[in-house]
Amino acid sequence: MAIFKERQYVRVDVDQERDETLWMKCKSCGELVFKRRVRESGNICPSCGQYFFHTAVERIDSLVDEGSFSVAGDRIAAADPLAFVDSRSYVERIEEAREKTGLDDAILVGRATISEHPIVIAVMDFRFVGGSMGSVVGEQICRAIETAVEERCPFILVSSSGGARLQEGLFSLLQMAKTAAVRQRLADAALPFISVMTYPTSGGVQASIASLGDVIIAERGAMIGFAGRRVIQDTISQELPEHFQTDTYAFEHGFVDRVVRREDLRDELALLLGFFEEES
Amino acid sequence: MSDERTLDLLEAKIDELKKLDEVDGIDLTKEISKLEAKLEDLRRELYSSLSDWERVRIARHPKRPYALDYIDEIFDGFYELHGDRIAGDDRALLAGLSRFAGRRVVVIAQQKGRSTEENKERFFGMARPQGFRKALRAMQLAERFGLPLITLIDTPGAYPGLESEELNIGGAIAESLSAMAKLRVPVVSVIIGEGGSGGALAIAVADRVIMLENAIYSVISPEGAAAILWKDKERSKEAAAALNLTAAHLEELGLIDSVVPEPLGGAHKGFEQTAQDLKSELAEQLESLVEVPIDEVLAARYERYRSVGRYRQADDADE
Repeated sequence: MAIFKERQYVRVDVDQERDETLWMKCKSCGELVFKRRVRESGNICPSCGQYFFHTAVERIDSLVDEGSFSVAGDRIAAADPLAFVDSRSYVERIEEAREKTGLDDAILVGRATISEHPIVIAVMDFRFVGGSMGSVVGEQICRAIETAVEERCPFILVSSSGGARLQEGLFSLLQMAKTAAVRQRLADAALPFISVMTYPTSGGVQASIASLGDVIIAERGAMIGFAGRRVIQDTISQELPEHFQTDTYAFEHGFVDRVVRREDLRDELALLLGFFEEES
Repeated sequence: MSDERTLDLLEAKIDELKKLDEVDGIDLTKEISKLEAKLEDLRRELYSSLSDWERVRIARHPKRPYALDYIDEIFDGFYELHGDRIAGDDRALLAGLSRFAGRRVVVIAQQKGRSTEENKERFFGMARPQGFRKALRAMQLAERFGLPLITLIDTPGAYPGLESEELNIGGAIAESLSAMAKLRVPVVSVIIGEGGSGGALAIAVADRVIMLENAIYSVISPEGAAAILWKDKERSKEAAAALNLTAAHLEELGLIDSVVPEPLGGAHKGFEQTAQDLKSELAEQLESLVEVPIDEVLAARYERYRSVGRYRQADDADE
């Protein structure tokens, strides 16, 4: 992909599905749409405007200046500290996710520019075990923050995560405390942290680093919340509102500063970066 | 546990004999000591090799001592502070001023209810945003007056309900984690029963984390893990074992600092002893912290959380 300046070790073939079929059905409007057109329009349904998942690479591509992204830091991978086996082994799940996504784990971290403002950006990829935060995701977020502090530039986190990586047990729970602690480094250095919540930002990620941004932006169509809908319905027999945990729900209840369309995210970030960069 | 019922019956029988012995003046000392020896043997047999699932059961035992029991027993007074100043007062998460081992402290504690009636009020120990925001207030108060913070954790998890979501429970937990990570007073946390996920961690970011022997601490309940990962709620026992959620496992993994022993069968089988053992351990840990300059305490706390996690270098051979 053109956005990588350095080593090309992240193999993401966004065209891989093309072999199976050229068309896909939009889950929202039911229309059959041409896959390539969907991709070219930023994974937005040409028929009804519904957003489809961005991979981490596609997300980065959609936000940063062309060719400006380079992966930061050393590559790390999940270690399976509990030798966890459920219906399948954790090692197997990780291997499969690595093959499917070409990523080492559910996050991609690097340096880039947005409208020529230098940034460090971390983007989660939902395809990798539901974007869940285990030791690798937690560590990569912390390293990204440290790089931003060293290089004195803002930090942007784009979340797409179901929450904690259950297969790492308490190690994954503690990543919430770890990322929340390290986030303070940005505040101490007076560097902005812009948190972008996309579909979905939930569980342990919403209850830690993603909710600690100086500015929190929800992408239109995001799902934002702590507990899953089913868990809540199991606890209370109450009907949940139709727009429960949607972008508008989060906005109405004051969780986020703005709700922004996918097409406008790059400009919105550029605007904010420009504001924070100004000498007062 | 049906074996536990046998123990209870035997215990009742011994009590009965003791009463006879006292009231009627019949000498039953021999019989009683025989039965007591047998009871002890059975207990040892039943509890010495507890499975992780059995420990989960003990951690949730309806007779298990709760936070207020320990506060009554080993703290000197508890002046409770109420309300988050925004939305209300959470009865599942308590905060107050107290003294411990001669020192003024702030206590934050999760409290389950004993009766159905009490649990209606306490939500079975599941805190809502009101609770976490009250905790935040108490933390800031502790910092303002330089008082060490002690937290007692016992919760199935944060309360998953409509009201919780409306008040941004995730955001409230995040703020609590952030505040604790940088709080400029020593913090000691004790998992006394259930350490359920984010709702537990929200008040457990500490310089020292102590667990009672039969307490559990986990990213998700065994039932939740069974439903999500095994797609079968009946597999909770396996899930409990896989999650490594017991005090012994977590100490071995280096994720907690110490384990306070409990009598055979659990803390409710010998509350006073458990409370005294916890008191000594807590006092020792707290004393080791208050002597250290606070900047060093904070640097160590930062390093503790910065370094948590297990991963490996990814190499091309993996691809």
